[in-house]
Order: sequence, then C-alpha cells, then structure tokens
Amino acid sequence: MLADGVLKTYLDNGLAVILKETHRAPVASFWVWYRVGSRNEQVGITGISHWVEHMMFRGTEQFPAGVADRLISRRGGDHNAMTYLDWTSYYETLPAEDIDLAMAVEADRMVNAIFLEEGAELERTVIISERQGSENYPAWLLHEELVSMAFKVHSYGHMTIGWQSDLDAMTRDDLERHYQEYYSPSNAVVVAVGDFNAEQVLRQIKSYFGNLPAGPPREAVRGLEPVQRGERRCVVEGPGETAYLTIGFHAPPALDEDFFPMAVIDTLLGGARSMSLFHDGEPSRSSRLYKALVDSGLASEASSYLLPTIDPYLFICSATLQDGQSLDDLEAALLAELDRLTREPVTPDELRKAVHQTRAQFTYSAESVTDQAFWLGFAEIVADLDWLNRFPDSLAAVTAEDVQRVAASYLDACKRTVARYVPTDDE
Amino acid sequence: MKSNSLPGPDNIYQATLDNGLRVFVLENHASPSVVINGYVAGGAVYEAAAQAGLASMTAAVMRRGTKTRSFEAINEQVEAVGASFSIYSGRHAIGIDGKALAEDFALLVDVVSDVLVNPVFPAEYVERVRGQRLTHLQERDNDTRSVASLLFRQAVYDGHPYSWPVDGLHETVAALTREDLTSYYQRNISPAGGAIVVVGAVTGDAVLRALEAGLGGWQAGSLPAVQYPPVKPVPSVLRREQVLPGKVQTDIVLGGPAVRRSDPEYDAVRLANTVLGRFGMMGRLGENVREQHGLAYYAYSSVAASKEPGAWEVIAGVNPANVERCLEAVNEELARLANELVPEEELGDSKALLTGSLPLRLETNEGVADTILDMVWYELGLDYLHRYADMVNSVTAEQVRAVASDYLRPDAHVVAIAGPEAQM
Repeated sequence: MLADGVLKTYLDNGLAVILKETHRAPVASFWVWYRVGSRNEQVGITGISHWVEHMMFRGTEQFPAGVADRLISRRGGDHNAMTYLDWTSYYETLPAEDIDLAMAVEADRMVNAIFLEEGAELERTVIISERQGSENYPAWLLHEELVSMAFKVHSYGHMTIGWQSDLDAMTRDDLERHYQEYYSPSNAVVVAVGDFNAEQVLRQIKSYFGNLPAGPPREAVRGLEPVQRGERRCVVEGPGETAYLTIGFHAPPALDEDFFPMAVIDTLLGGARSMSLFHDGEPSRSSRLYKALVDSGLASEASSYLLPTIDPYLFICSATLQDGQSLDDLEAALLAELDRLTREPVTPDELRKAVHQTRAQFTYSAESVTDQAFWLGFAEIVADLDWLNRFPDSLAAVTAEDVQRVAASYLDACKRTVARYVPTDDE
Repeated sequence: MKSNSLPGPDNIYQATLDNGLRVFVLENHASPSVVINGYVAGGAVYEAAAQAGLASMTAAVMRRGTKTRSFEAINEQVEAVGASFSIYSGRHAIGIDGKALAEDFALLVDVVSDVLVNPVFPAEYVERVRGQRLTHLQERDNDTRSVASLLFRQAVYDGHPYSWPVDGLHETVAALTREDLTSYYQRNISPAGGAIVVVGAVTGDAVLRALEAGLGGWQAGSLPAVQYPPVKPVPSVLRREQVLPGKVQTDIVLGGPAVRRSDPEYDAVRLANTVLGRFGMMGRLGENVREQHGLAYYAYSSVAASKEPGAWEVIAGVNPANVERCLEAVNEELARLANELVPEEELGDSKALLTGSLPLRLETNEGVADTILDMVWYELGLDYLHRYADMVNSVTAEQVRAVASDYLRPDAHVVAIAGPEAQM
C-alpha cells in the first residue's frame, strides 16, 4: 500500500520528513506542504494563502525570479504549487539525480522569499484574472454560493481564491505577515518519493533544512461551524442555457469515526475517484447517481464528492440538468437516492465493489511518484499516514448498518444546503 | 535515462492479427496494473460537415449495449473490478483507452472487444446519449474558451474537415438518426490499419491470446479515401469575435495552420513553440503577459500536428479591458521569434526541457503506452526515442526563426475572441 515502506521522522526544528523509495522509474518527486490554506483566513484577507503561494515564484536573493523555474525545466522537471482549504504545497518532479535542486529551491523559499510592492501588484491582477476566469463557469459560481451559505462561521465558507473585495484591498504587508506566520519548518511537511536512497536523501534534507529556525507558535483556528437547524436554499442566476443543481451536507472530517462510512456512501453514489492528480479518469457509469440521474435522462452528468479535511467540511452531490428536464424532478430524484441509503441496507456485493474499486485506485496511484508524494503529504496534513495506510481496510470494515446510521445522521433534510443555477438566457 | 531502458525495437513485443490489427506490448511488472491504448479505422474526417458529430456519437452509443451485454452489464463488469475504458472518435481514427489490474486484463479486453465488434445501438440509448450531448454542446457554446477555439477553427480551416468540432454542432447532432450511426459504424469502423498497445504486468503472449479471442474474428473493411482541400496560409490578420453576455473574462485564441506531423519542419516548430509558450512557466508569453505585465492567469502556446497540418495557437484569458494590451504583447513576442534568432542559451534551455522530460513522460504505463502509440500512428519508427535527443538537438536557431516567420506571423494570423459585451 501507499504508505508501506515509508520513513517518517522529524528534524530538531520540527520539520516533518516523509520519505519513500521506489525504483520503477529514474524519477523523484519532492514536496513541501505547509499547514496553511483558506481555513486559516478571515474575511478581509480571504485568498491570502493562495496569493502568498503566487509570491513564492517571484524569487529570492539566491534564486531571483525565473531562475529556479529555468533550472528545473532545463533538467526536464515539472514543478508547481497548489493551495486549498487546509494546505499549501509546492512540488518538483524531476530526474532522480537532480532532487537536490528541489531541496535547494524549497529550503530557500521557506524563509527567504522577497515581497516587493511591484511583484505583489502584478500578482494582484494575475489572481483577479484567475478568479474572473473561474467566474465564467456557472458551476464555479454555484459552488461559491453553496459553501458560503453552508458555512456561516467557519472559514471553509469562502473559496480558496478569496473574495474579489479582499483581492482588491490586501497589501504587500499583509502577504509578508502571513508568510512569516505560516512558512517555517515547524509548520511544514517534506515529502520525497522516488528512485533514491532514503538515508542519503534524509542527510541532504538535514543539510538544507536542518538549520532553519523553527518558526513562531501558531494559534488554533477558531470559529467552528454551529449545527445547522434547517434547510438552506438559494438560486444563482447567470448567463448560459444550462441549469445546475448542487446539494451540500455537513460531513465528518478525515479523522472522525464516521468518515469511512461516509466515504462508502460517496463511492456508492459517485463511484471510486481516480487518485491521479492530473488525470480525471472515466466517470463511473455503474454508480447510483449515474443510474438514477443520468441514465434516466434527467441529468447529463452527476457526481458526489467527499473531501478529507481537518475540520468538518461538506459532502456534496452535483448534477447538470439535461436540456428539457426540470430542476424539481432532478432534485426529487437525487433526494430519493439519498433517502434510499437510509431506508434500504446496502447489499454485500455493493460494499465489496466499493472496496475493490478503491483498492484498484490505490494500486494505480503507485505508478507515479508525484501522485504518491501528493497522497502522503495530503494525508499527513488532514489526518496521518496510518489513516492513509488503513484506508482500504477501513472502508472494508464499514457495515451496512454503519452506512444506514451515517446516512440518517448526516444526510438529514435540515442539515442540507441546496443551490440551483438558473440560466437567464434560457427561454 | 539509459537508452537501453527506453521503449524501442528491442523490448517492444510485436505481432499482427490475421485481420491486420497490429499489436505492441511492453511488459512492466513494477506494479500489478495494465493499460491498453489503441486505434481502429474511423474518425470525424469520414463524416459529412452536415453530420458533424456523427463519428463521436457513434462511438459513444457503441458502448450502450452489445449482442450479449446490456449497457448496465458492461458498466457493472468493468467497474466492479476497478477497471475503466473509453471508446471515442478522434479526427482520423476511433480511439481506445483502458486500464485494469493485471488480474482483470482479460476481462477488460473481452468487454472492449465486444463493444467494438458487436454493438447493437439500442434506439432508446441513441436518444439518451443525444440528450446528454446536446446539453454538453450547450455548455460548450456558452464557454468563452471553447467559443474562441471554435471561431478560430472555422476561420483557419474553412472548407476542411478540421473546421468543425469532433463532438459536432447543436443542429447536426440534433438531426442524427440511429440509421446514421449504424451505417457509419458499418462503413467506417473496422480493424483496418489499426493498432493496439498494451503496457504493464502482462506478457506479450497473454495479450496476443486475449486480443485474438476478442478481435481476431473482426473483419477489416476498406478505408475510404478522404480528399482533403488544401489548408491555406492565413493571408492577413483575420479577427473573429463573439459576445457572450454576462461573462466576466475574455478568451483569446490566436494563430494559424502549421505543419503535418510527418513534415521535416515539425521538430523546429515544436522547439519554437516551446520557446514561445511552454518552457518553464509558459515560455516567453508567460514571461511577458503574466510575469512582466500581470495581464493574465494563463497565456501560453500549443502546437498540434497530425495527418493534416495542425494549428499553432496562442491562448490567453484576460479581463475584457486588457484584450488589446494582451494582443500587443503577444504580437511583440511573435515578431521577436520571427525576426530575431533565439539566443543559443535560451534555445538550449528549451532543447534540454524537451529531451530531459522523457523520463517523466515514460514514468507511468499510460505515458509509455501513449508514447508507443504515437510512434506507431505517426510512423516514426519504434527506434524513435533512441533518435529523439539528436533530432531535438540538431534544430538550429535559424530554423526556429524560419518556421515562426512562416507559420505564426504578427501580420498574418487568425485572432478569435469570445467574452462579455465590454470588450467590443
């Protein structure tokens, strides 16, 4: 399994290090994960974690803007960064012999990033452009509305890109302050997977990261979401000819005992998802939502989504209304499928299938050092390595009664938020 | 990467079925999974413009049922074991893509073969698939990026089969009948000229046995010849615009037709494209448009090269107020590439990326299968990867300048723009 043969240790400055040797191809993937994301933002600075991520490509004294990019690309490497609810991560995947370049770049920008006024202003317009590109998509607008309605208190209620007014208002000083608070060894996890000797890579990591100061203590995130006491509902209107439906339910976080029954529900409804970072995989056509919504002709697409998170996030079901059908019928059919989970025990065959599909996805993910390193780092941030290692077994341990109990408790009508996108161009 | 570990003539198992279908297998037991990738005769170039989307919809309905399996049975059998596959139409062929755990490979081949050889085109599924597709087309036609791309294709390939999208147009897909699909299948889809590539934890003999059982009895038809009208160079700047009211961002596609994959200039075009809009964070375009001016989240270039000349295009998404500034910056980069030699060091960077990224491309079974399939489809020779670095490295700065000046000129290109009212 994914976390088998993994070496995990901590440096004296608190940096967590996770290493895994794999020798199927002469490549390696090096990641640094920071425990910071939109979860750590309040209104006024929403989007700041993502903006800081952009600033990290504007250079340091040792690697001025564009230099690291050029050095990595010259070696045929691939590199990028991503920010989400609970984390910000940076990676380089490159020929294994060049892994020290990734360490040099990441150790340097962990503490030496430069925040110039001019760079911050240029990134402001780039990020606003990124947000506006997303706003062109109805499903994105609908998702933003859904999360902001489902969370009245918790910071999961804004998109990682941030609200437009915060993107207009934030300053260079805000960015640098955020960086100094969250970018340090004691708030980071290093992951390396690839064709190397782990002992040797650990020595290199110690030499690059071992002398960096641990960093300041950080306050726990406040503002947990209170229990929802009634259905919330909204309509988003906008351009286009297609209508969309999305329903969110408050869901258990990764480390909650109800997470795995919920993951089984997710797999029954939407099928097992590809674990590949860059390839979506074929949509499931034997899942319950596909059969009930797509194969019935009500929707052109249907999916469910359970994101493992630190704090309770949402379990989301979404569908695209097929032209000529009604949103009321689509919603009724979707809710009927959810209700069925509470009423009828799932069959042993369906449970077995969910586990088998998930095991297959774990096997496929072992082909790529990038995917493996992603999952190791992701799991360490939102849960722990043991959680990842036991993932398929934890799914297999879920019973039909667990599924019914968790469905009844989480998919309750008064805990749901329903959002519809109604196109204004549709006659 | 050591050259003896590259996929090549010495480690790719080859065989040919009696119906002419070629089989290529690269065994790799590093993980217990297998990928299958391939193509057979068919594709959008064999459909009439008035039936745009016919090949694609035919391929989609093929998996909706066979003589012995219902749609539900196909999905259940494959997905129960965590396998997946798709059969789809490209421009020049019907593509096949699938993956499974090694223990389930024979099952996957059995189902995929059944779908290819024995589809029954259930009438109710023609309508269901049509409904799904019309909704997708509606979404596409309200997406600025897709609309800019459609406008671009129409202008660049006027009168050529590349001018319409493979998934068709709303009015053409709405008019397709079940008979259109079955007759397209009978006339065009067959193993003729096809190839199947399998990579993973399976032996060549096992693959051959499975494919012989599944596809050995499938009769090869004759490939109809397609007469392509010439793809003409763009004579001047042709601007095409479409307003999508209520949108926030504007998308731009700018460029023109370049070369076929078999053209000797292809290596220079690929290298020029890498310099222009790919190297590092999107090459010179990314540096100018994004890093220096903060105008766009994405600004890059891509080049396609197929049996017919592919498009070389610059793609950017900007605020409507910044369209003209962005076009200025793009044209500045096109002029620089067409008029000035790329400095040796910069050219070396892009060459190093193209050659150095090979180990990453060949990491997964999918990556290896795609690479082998390209070698077969474009007739590059199975020793292509052994020659690849020399081919990349032999391109000169003058050749790069020449292809830029021939195919991607600031004074002769199509520029397609789709976005909100404000820009116009």
